Amino acid sequence: MPKLKPEDLKRIREEMKKTISLRHGEGKAKIIVHMGTCGIAAGARNVLSALLKAMGEKDIKDVIVTTSGCAGLCSREPMATVEIKGQAPVKYIDLNEEKIVKILEEHVVKGNIVKEYALAIGSEQEP
Amino acid sequence: MNTTFRLQLMLCTGTGCVSAGAFRIMDVLDKELKKHNLETEVQIVPTGCNGFCAQGPILVVHPDGIFYNLLTEKDIPYLVEEHFLKGRPVKKFMFTPPDKKEPIPLMKNIGFFSKQRLIALRNRGLIDPEKIDEYIARDGYFALSKVLTEMKPEEVIEEVKKSGLRGRGGAGFPTGKKWEICRGEIIRQKKSGYIVCNGDEGDPGAFMDRSIIESDPHSVLEGMIIGAYAIGAKHGYVYIRNEYPLAVKRMQIAIEQAREYGLLGENILGTDFSFDVSIQKGAGAFVCGEETSLIASLEGKPPEPRQRPPFPAQYGIWGHPTNINNVETWATVPVILARGSRWFSSIGTETSKGTKVFSLVGKVNNTGLVEVPMGITLREIIYDIGGGIQNNKKFKAVQTGGPSGGCIPASLLDLPIDYEKLTEVGSMMGSGGMIVMDEDTCMVDVAKFFLEFLKGESCGKCTSCREGIEALYDILDKICKGEGEESDLVALEELAPAIKDASLCGLGKTAPNPVLSTLRYFKDEYIAHIKEKKCPAGVCKELITYYIIEEKCTGCGLCVKNCPSDAISGEKKKPHKIDAEKCIKCGVCFEVCKFNAIERR
Repeated sequence: MPKLKPEDLKRIREEMKKTISLRHGEGKAKIIVHMGTCGIAAGARNVLSALLKAMGEKDIKDVIVTTSGCAGLCSREPMATVEIKGQAPVKYIDLNEEKIVKILEEHVVKGNIVKEYALAIGSEQEP
Repeated sequence: MNTTFRLQLMLCTGTGCVSAGAFRIMDVLDKELKKHNLETEVQIVPTGCNGFCAQGPILVVHPDGIFYNLLTEKDIPYLVEEHFLKGRPVKKFMFTPPDKKEPIPLMKNIGFFSKQRLIALRNRGLIDPEKIDEYIARDGYFALSKVLTEMKPEEVIEEVKKSGLRGRGGAGFPTGKKWEICRGEIIRQKKSGYIVCNGDEGDPGAFMDRSIIESDPHSVLEGMIIGAYAIGAKHGYVYIRNEYPLAVKRMQIAIEQAREYGLLGENILGTDFSFDVSIQKGAGAFVCGEETSLIASLEGKPPEPRQRPPFPAQYGIWGHPTNINNVETWATVPVILARGSRWFSSIGTETSKGTKVFSLVGKVNNTGLVEVPMGITLREIIYDIGGGIQNNKKFKAVQTGGPSGGCIPASLLDLPIDYEKLTEVGSMMGSGGMIVMDEDTCMVDVAKFFLEFLKGESCGKCTSCREGIEALYDILDKICKGEGEESDLVALEELAPAIKDASLCGLGKTAPNPVLSTLRYFKDEYIAHIKEKKCPAGVCKELITYYIIEEKCTGCGLCVKNCPSDAISGEKKKPHKIDAEKCIKCGVCFEVCKFNAIERR
């Protein structure tokens, strides 16, 4: 390892951002893959793996991937919810490996909702 | 492959959690994650002390910040499958406050954490202390870079002076002023200077310094390099007691990594400033809190203090100008340079700026390590952060400042904490030990405990300290045994100032404090021991007797079964009796009785 110069510190900090931002719970977007029994049975695990693999390959930072339980619409699993900071969440249904990667590229990276896979915009109301 | 982890498991591997089994949990976690093919999605990050030591082993799951506590190896398979595979956080492993029924899932919502303000402990639980890149990711070494490329040494000293930072080791001397004096001496004497990090934490119940080194060793190193630049020192020593093996190991790793990156050694960050650090292991002597003793120890001599002046800044290690600061002080320095003196001095009280780390121990519900702004009240620390007294007992006193400090009674619970306020009430800041005592604590016994500690730690150089502490201890021991006379109180009050005046170093000068402060606030307990031959808290064995209350005793025989000295007898289902001759006053009967039929008087 060569000796560092002041600018190298900035480079290391940038490279580590992905690792560290997760610990602050920060990110410009959050993708929730629904992993209830129904979701897992319908293939949610493959969807999740494909998503993580794609994020690694494309070196996408600042996006948090998390899992949650059943979203309530078991017949349309696998499902995922995309939350972009400052926008209403979007629920996607009937997902597979290709679809989730497209959602990542189009919606999360470029900001265009993939309408053909979307169920609805917004969330259920709080009690 | 460039993997993306969706979950990071911050596993506390501070000494507290390690002794509760954190490393074994790490092995099981690793095995279980592999079993479910999650090892590329879920990352285990061993961190330093999380602070909430009472609840260890602790695991915090990010990005959500879910807090799991009191984990055991057998909990792990279920936790991995439910939460990390299926995404369902497990309530039964979460923290439930003693007075509540529902657990609190998120760490940030737990009272213990929400009132704290982290400066010295800014990276605790957020980075792997053995990875320098993680420290850099949290802006580590950026303050150093700014100092070396944009500031003159004098400007650094000025900034630290303006911040109002005072030594966190106990005495509270202004840090910037200390640096300025040492820099002046290096220039005047045309000698090379040394800086030292004092990590020889010796107070019973204190573990601030150990935790800082274990959770964030680079913050200490960065502070030292900045200090060395400001003072003009070429070499530094990190003096850590040998009883802290994990701290020594993590500091060693940190030094090696910093050297590899050129943050220690020749031409740091490509500038013409050079500085290096080595670790010196101490044998764990309380007297090394005294700077001249620590210097003697560093030179390989017995740790005996010497006359001052000359002060270490004038005549320190091998006769060279030397600046010693405590671990917490060094760890605070980078933040002051990064965020500015104005920001730092906006926190705290008129005379005491910034935050202070305390190890909160004793009879509180939430024992652990806390960092709070100066000026916070004892009540806030003990009740809001500490969660109150265990088993709903009554608060009696809090001991601050270690053996050199004193006991503060309940009437002063609303005292805002800073250096001056604590001294005014007869205690001191010290390095930050905080021992909470409840109604079952005997204050004479507490004073005796600290004097016993000091008796063993006195180096023996000054007669007043060596013999005086022994004499104080003997009187206290006599009082606890019920042999005290009224003249003993006079003797205590006469001896104490004599020891203070005639001793050379801080150990002797403060040794009578535990006696003086308990005499000041709890004289009635001393008098009860002496005149009535009673220990009000029921601690001093010679002064208590156990009785069975006939009306309450059901004759179940549980006490008979448990009594180690066969002192209890009686017919079945009839009230029993304790034979005072045979009773060894162990208190087992008192603890096992289900009908509160045993009384301690």
